[in-house]
Amino acid sequence: MQFGGSGRESLILALRAMLGEESVLTEKEELAPFECDGLSVYRKLPLAVLLPSTVEEVQGILRLCSDHGVPVVARGAGTGLSGGALPISDGVLLSLSRFDRIIAIDPEQRIATVQPGVRNLAISEAAAPHGLYYAPDPSSQIACTIGGNVAENSGGVHCLKYGLTVHNLLALKIVTMEGDLLEIGSAAPDSQGYDLLALMTGSEGLLGVIVEVTVKLLARPERAQVLLAAFDDVRHAAEAVGAVISAGIIPAGLEMMDNLALRAAEDFARAGYPVGAEAILLCELDGTNAEVSEHVMKVREVMQHAGATEVRTARDEKERSMFWKGRKSAFPAVGRISPDYYCMDGTIPRRNLPEVLERIASLSKKYGLRVANVFHAGDGNLHPLILFDANKEGELEKTEAFGREILSLCIEMGGTITGEHGVGVEKLDAMCLQFDPAELAQFHAIKSAFDQQGLLNPGKAVPTLHRCAEFGAMHVHGGKLPHAHLERF
Amino acid sequence: MADIESALQERAKSAIDSGTPVAIIAGGTKSFLGNRVTAEPLHVAGHSGIVDYDPRELVITARCGTKLEEIEQVLAASGQMLPFEPPRFGEGATLGGAVACGLSGPRRPYAGSVRDHVLGCRIINGRGEILNFGGRVMKNVAGFDVSRLMAGAFGTLGVLLEISLRVLPRPAASLTLVHECRDPVPYLCGLASKPIPVDAAAHVDGLCHTRLSGSIQAVSEAKNLLGGEALDGHEAFWEDLREQRLPFFGSDAPLWRIASGPSAPMPNLQGAWVIDWGGSQRWLKSEAGEGEVRRAAEAIGGHATLFRGQGEAFHPLKGPLGMLHRRLKAAFDPKAIFNPGRFYPEF
Repeated sequence: MQFGGSGRESLILALRAMLGEESVLTEKEELAPFECDGLSVYRKLPLAVLLPSTVEEVQGILRLCSDHGVPVVARGAGTGLSGGALPISDGVLLSLSRFDRIIAIDPEQRIATVQPGVRNLAISEAAAPHGLYYAPDPSSQIACTIGGNVAENSGGVHCLKYGLTVHNLLALKIVTMEGDLLEIGSAAPDSQGYDLLALMTGSEGLLGVIVEVTVKLLARPERAQVLLAAFDDVRHAAEAVGAVISAGIIPAGLEMMDNLALRAAEDFARAGYPVGAEAILLCELDGTNAEVSEHVMKVREVMQHAGATEVRTARDEKERSMFWKGRKSAFPAVGRISPDYYCMDGTIPRRNLPEVLERIASLSKKYGLRVANVFHAGDGNLHPLILFDANKEGELEKTEAFGREILSLCIEMGGTITGEHGVGVEKLDAMCLQFDPAELAQFHAIKSAFDQQGLLNPGKAVPTLHRCAEFGAMHVHGGKLPHAHLERF
Repeated sequence: MADIESALQERAKSAIDSGTPVAIIAGGTKSFLGNRVTAEPLHVAGHSGIVDYDPRELVITARCGTKLEEIEQVLAASGQMLPFEPPRFGEGATLGGAVACGLSGPRRPYAGSVRDHVLGCRIINGRGEILNFGGRVMKNVAGFDVSRLMAGAFGTLGVLLEISLRVLPRPAASLTLVHECRDPVPYLCGLASKPIPVDAAAHVDGLCHTRLSGSIQAVSEAKNLLGGEALDGHEAFWEDLREQRLPFFGSDAPLWRIASGPSAPMPNLQGAWVIDWGGSQRWLKSEAGEGEVRRAAEAIGGHATLFRGQGEAFHPLKGPLGMLHRRLKAAFDPKAIFNPGRFYPEF
């Protein structure tokens, strides 16, 4: 459906009357900064970019767009990696960037109430004087916003122990496509009715626009310590991950980097990594002083038993932050050793780590493309970075084919096509592999319950059955071909 | 241990085809909770057995009719546990019932609720289809989070067939300290701000009970820091609180559950109180009227459930929230076949 001509003009006029001239951007050069999110291979210009400042304005925008049948895409900082905030050509882009206020920090109940455009790290900074912090810490935490974190159910390096966004969220205020303001959850541990908080988290902007967020804060642990274990065989490192968990210890974070990733990170951040190692594990332990001492000893033993060639404990806070700096800058570091890279995001059961890493290595040979592995090993959440050169003809296509094979492998291993980056536009086809038509239809029914006209971020997160039929490689369950009723060409 | 999935699906399909509502029942230990359902029973207890459990994964997958007792025994043999300490309320309590009723025990504020630990599920929806959501891995953002939505939905969105849950290692040491406490709410709520491994905190009969769990050294250091008497046989105390077997629960007066922020003031209601969950779950034995209790709960930013007693069980849903619930119910169960009225009279 094209929305143009006089309909477009009257909508823009009405929006300008509601929000003021300066809050409705329509010139090409004003729209350009919003043409993509962190997945920049997809770019589109919206009809207009809207910059509301109040909840009432958001309600007004959604009512107006409902009346005009115009799609709406909400956007935070635009750091998402799956194209979830990609504009729609005949829709408006709703930027929440002016909702940047911390409304309240309540140290007694350990909660923070903030507007959706507040940056993730800003919450922990505001809570710090009370000895509190917000646990989920995605790598992009200096830039990404809490509204986006809720929409994507963001993780981070500490979610093994402290959970994802969904585990650290208490309440939301959302505006529905019809313009109704809903309060979901409260400071109480649960609320009446269905668990809409769980449903909203990770819904990628398809169900409602988030206009206020209340999160749990945690007391800063008395002590945190990091161990770095080096291995001369990737398989040993992968097996050590399961061994730590089996020892009854839940580390605050358990991260793995292979040789290519750790060398790139070392060149970039000078973290002091052993560049000769085939793989390293970073294991953070936190808690009370006594507990951490006890666990450091135990993990050291487990790592050595698993074949670590070297186990180092950060000598002081400075070394600890250096170890983490290397890890957190791994993506940009890899970006320096290759013209382009494609970041994958699948999760597998931990026990399959050794096998999956070996199979990725052989796929790397098959495609003739290098892969750097840097990931949340404790959660089984892989981030293979496929290195390629988009200027070489056919290399992007080859990379995408390689990526699809990795995602199929994750499903085959009983895992998922996305652990924390979301589906967006990027993994719509992979959704056809993971879910069968009845499951996708159930997702669409949920979407309709919230947004009957299908105007909120349409075309993202859940593929249409038609698309899956065209994609061809479908979820085949019980030997029966799905979509038997659809025509095939 | 048996797989009766196809039989259950056939049964659900014929109920859907004939438009005959069913009341889903497993162990039947929690049938007192929620509103009464008058419908043909759909017995699911026969669908039982642990499907997958590997201690290294910290994940267990079991069929809905598997008894909680069996699951907890199997986990304990590998030094692990269900972190949310589900109440059983009787011998036949099953995993499906625990998830559908969304109930968690004393560790909930510190280790998360049942829904926090749900990773995936397999259900029959109101179209008679068998669907899988989530999975057996910790991190998974593919599709809407239907599995967590099932927790606490009282079977109104579908029949739970199989559930995957995150589990945790059992703490190496655990003890409970008892203090006399005149102003329990600030005390209980404040515990979570201290660098001590608290994993349960309740106020019963004028005494604050604080359970410390973790490494041997951490527990012993925290004991010295907090002081107070260690309670003999403390496991029995927490189990009796969780299972509502303490004398407090014995009276005939209706039992209300009021959930609020942990530091919220005590509601202005006459009756006897037990405070659990570090201040955020409060049990009230009172003859006060339904309207009065609900208003008092709302006044402290919470909500009230009539846990045991005659009357509407759950806190009403107002305005657009009520409409959204009805639409969501219809999205899963368009013919209103599963547990009609159990959760809310209108669906």
